[in-house]
Amino acid sequence: MNAYMAYKVSTRTSLAMFKSKTFFVRRRFSDFLGLYEKLSVKQSLHGCVIPPPPEKSVVGMTKVKVGMDDPSSVEFVERRRGALERYLQRVVSHPTLLQDPDVREFLEREELPRAVNTQALSGAGFLKMINKASDAVNKMTIKMNESDTWFEDKFQEVESEEQQLRKLHVVVDSLVNHRKELCMNTAVFAKSMAMLGNSEDNTALSRALSQLAEVEDKMEQLHQEKAANDFFVLGELLSDYIRLLGAVRGCFDQRIRVWQRWQEAQSTLQKKREAEAKLLWANKPDKLQQAKDEITEKEKVKDFKSHIIKYLESMLQSEQRVIKFWEAFLPEAKAVA
Amino acid sequence: MTYPQPFRSVGAMMQEGLDDGPDFLSEEDRGPRAVNVDLQTDATLQVDISDALSERDKVKFTVHTKSSLPNFKQNEFSVVRQHEEFIWLHDSFVENEEYAGYIIPPAPPRPDFDASREKLQKLGEGEGSMTKEEFTKMKQELEAEYLAIFKKTVAMHEVFLCRVAAHPVLRKDLNFHVFLEYGQDLSVRGKNKKEKLEDFFKNVVKSADGVLVAGVKDVDDFFEHEKTFLLEYHTRVKDASAKSDRMIRSHKNAADDINRIASTLYTLGTQDGTELCKFFLKVSELFEKTRKIEARVAADEDLKLADLLKYYLRESQAAKDLLYRRSRALVDYENANKALDKARAKNRDVLQAETSQQICCNKFDKISESAKQELIDFKTRRVSAFRKNLVELAELELKHAKGNLQLLQSCLGVLKGNT
Repeated sequence: MNAYMAYKVSTRTSLAMFKSKTFFVRRRFSDFLGLYEKLSVKQSLHGCVIPPPPEKSVVGMTKVKVGMDDPSSVEFVERRRGALERYLQRVVSHPTLLQDPDVREFLEREELPRAVNTQALSGAGFLKMINKASDAVNKMTIKMNESDTWFEDKFQEVESEEQQLRKLHVVVDSLVNHRKELCMNTAVFAKSMAMLGNSEDNTALSRALSQLAEVEDKMEQLHQEKAANDFFVLGELLSDYIRLLGAVRGCFDQRIRVWQRWQEAQSTLQKKREAEAKLLWANKPDKLQQAKDEITEKEKVKDFKSHIIKYLESMLQSEQRVIKFWEAFLPEAKAVA
Repeated sequence: MTYPQPFRSVGAMMQEGLDDGPDFLSEEDRGPRAVNVDLQTDATLQVDISDALSERDKVKFTVHTKSSLPNFKQNEFSVVRQHEEFIWLHDSFVENEEYAGYIIPPAPPRPDFDASREKLQKLGEGEGSMTKEEFTKMKQELEAEYLAIFKKTVAMHEVFLCRVAAHPVLRKDLNFHVFLEYGQDLSVRGKNKKEKLEDFFKNVVKSADGVLVAGVKDVDDFFEHEKTFLLEYHTRVKDASAKSDRMIRSHKNAADDINRIASTLYTLGTQDGTELCKFFLKVSELFEKTRKIEARVAADEDLKLADLLKYYLRESQAAKDLLYRRSRALVDYENANKALDKARAKNRDVLQAETSQQICCNKFDKISESAKQELIDFKTRRVSAFRKNLVELAELELKHAKGNLQLLQSCLGVLKGNT
């Protein structure tokens, strides 16, 4: 299957380093992944929190590629689009990353060389998997003595926050499912009421019951929108943050790895290496100072706030519509003799 | 985890630390609590359930009567009755041939707290896995649910008694007076296995019979129309009742989820005093309030819509039973006619056949006459009950939606203002 989904990335900027003020390019999903790969291996960016891209989904993409026109694939593409947008916005709002030539190239260059090593089933992919596995094993065997209490605290904080967010995400998921269920049940109920209205022989009551059926139908649509709202705004926001926190932990892990290398150097007593590693280690706190600032509250607060405000505003609109529906129904009900 | 002390009735329960703000239970105020039925209350005989006690696995209702009728020793008195005694009274009406021509008010359903108790038990088992706040909140909610079920069962038992009291003929029934007045336990033991089996077979025969009888076209247009109407109506009400229950359950589930979101946000918010955490706390508060409103919406829908449908499901069944009895009487009458003809032809036992035919004829006529009036009354009651409940439902939905709107507006105002 050679078909793929291309996403349009438009940029508007006043920064001098870009060639023009507004421009757009087309990128495919693997390009986004490629950008992440490039950024994460760069030494110069070690210690920075690199925002992670959305996850790959073979099933989802296959459905879309096969051209299946059902609502779930539309939803999938919409989710992905939103996630990619948020991903890019986080990348460019990071001052260091914005300076990076790869990022600029991603935004500007017309044709980007295919990021081959992002394919799950490629040679590079396998290599990555093996590396990840060995990393995990390493983590388990070496326990680092944390000397800097700031890191200790922050790590705990991050862990507990991630736990809470995961819990929240689970509950939001459950809410979405229940709303979808409510949707279905309301639709079924509306039909049943309509039938009842039909068999009722008092005409005024019959009309009132049919009206009730219509109101319930409208409520069903509302519920559907609410569910979508819950899902897209809240659920996705949470997933993003959970992944972000995962990236933060990645930072901590990097630090541990560097320490490990330092320990190894110490144990082989190769003075030169030790000096080099010590130097590297000395640089770490600097970079991690950056990390400290990145985990700053301001960005997070603004992001969370704007999303939740959006969510609440749409809730407001639904309530207004609910009011309209029931106000229209009331006179009908009263008209029953 | 055992369930706490006996629950007292509506009056006392209102003060038992329920939600702040407009209590959704306050829609049901004191006085003739004719929830689903529109009754003219009559000064000569007023019955209500003034109190109720829930113990272990039974509910004790205090039936309070006010009457100026000479049949009673006093003008005002109360007795304590249990569910089985209500059923006994209902069955005595059904088995009484004299009342064959009336719609017997449907028996109240058995008080069923099993589901609620199960949930409470599960909560007790899962106590270790959730925070203190979550646990207290869920416990409060389950208690509120228990309360609501309790209130409903009281209302349904009361409606049964009120219907009997309002019926011109049934209110004079001797068993009814004994039920209302006799101070001691009526010692009506529940049906034992043999009797339950008999009942089961009786029902099977009746439904088979019912099918046969339904097939016979009635000479009288009015009854023919009623039969067709009732059969269809009953099926549709049954369907609507089941679907409304499912819808309301989903609604409650969604409200529960919002509750859990609120608690998790609260936990997130209490981690430290940063701006983000303060923000979380505010949002958690909002969700908490929204959940209360959503729960009330579900409860009101339950009360005004689901209960209404359930009640008319039972009443339409009672109306169908009436039609069945009439058809049976008709069949008996026709058989008696045939027997009379045969007797006349053979010129044997003619007098006997004549008498029995006369009896059947009278019975049939009597049933037909009262049945007609009963069915007309049924229609009037039904229309007015639906009207009342639909209007109240719409008004409550509006009230809650407006409340929710206000809540959201004020919260958004605060949140936006802080940016």
